[in-house]
Amino acid sequence: MPSRARPLSPHVGIYRWQIGSSLSILHRITGVFLALGLLALGYWLVSLAGGEESYAAAARLFASPLGLLFLIGWTFAFLYHLLNGVRHLFWDVGRGFERVQRHASGWFVFLGSIALTVCLWALIWAEHHS
Amino acid sequence: MSLRSPLGQVSGLGSAKDGTGHWWSQRVTAVALVPLTLWFLFSLLTLPSFEYVTVRTWLSFPMSAFLAALLAAVLSYHSYLGTTVVIEDYVHSHGAKLLALLSLRFLYVLVGGASIFAILRVAFGS
Repeated sequence: MPSRARPLSPHVGIYRWQIGSSLSILHRITGVFLALGLLALGYWLVSLAGGEESYAAAARLFASPLGLLFLIGWTFAFLYHLLNGVRHLFWDVGRGFERVQRHASGWFVFLGSIALTVCLWALIWAEHHS
Repeated sequence: MSLRSPLGQVSGLGSAKDGTGHWWSQRVTAVALVPLTLWFLFSLLTLPSFEYVTVRTWLSFPMSAFLAALLAAVLSYHSYLGTTVVIEDYVHSHGAKLLALLSLRFLYVLVGGASIFAILRVAFGS
């Protein structure tokens, strides 16, 4: 055992806010939240295979206020994770690393996923009330 | 002279006990999920309604069932790879980590398997 504690890198809390790290953390949070969505998707499919009654029960659950809140949350999480995932794939092939590009693509991904979520649910709402 | 064993060299495993396999699988599944998830979202949005008969008829088309089964498989695997890293990062005690990783793996096989089985039941009308 070492006689004294070895140096550790500073905790994440001491850093100034910056978009890069925030979006990275959000990518992980949306990923974990989408894993819960996978359970919901599985439940929905199993209810559909189970017949009319089980499907109606699942549909009621998803159409409840809390169910809708989760569906909207999963929509945003999916769109953000998708757009930011593509952003990561561009980095993986060595593109978009300049400071200006990173910031621009970051804001594009963040604001774009919010805008798309709003558009999608406005569309669903309009369909439902027409 | 290398200190690595011949087996360690051929399998490309370093001190992390893992090569680039995990990282690469994450990217391959990510690329596959772009068209698959967009197809799924687009299909749901263009359904005339979410009534039982409508959804069931749509999913019983061979192409819908095939793509939905692929989606369930690839999505489960991608999600499994991602949440595995989250557990590895935050669960530090050896026993708890092993238990969490094992439970996670079982859970994903269960959810992925149940989803695909449900799709097949709809497709083959049983």
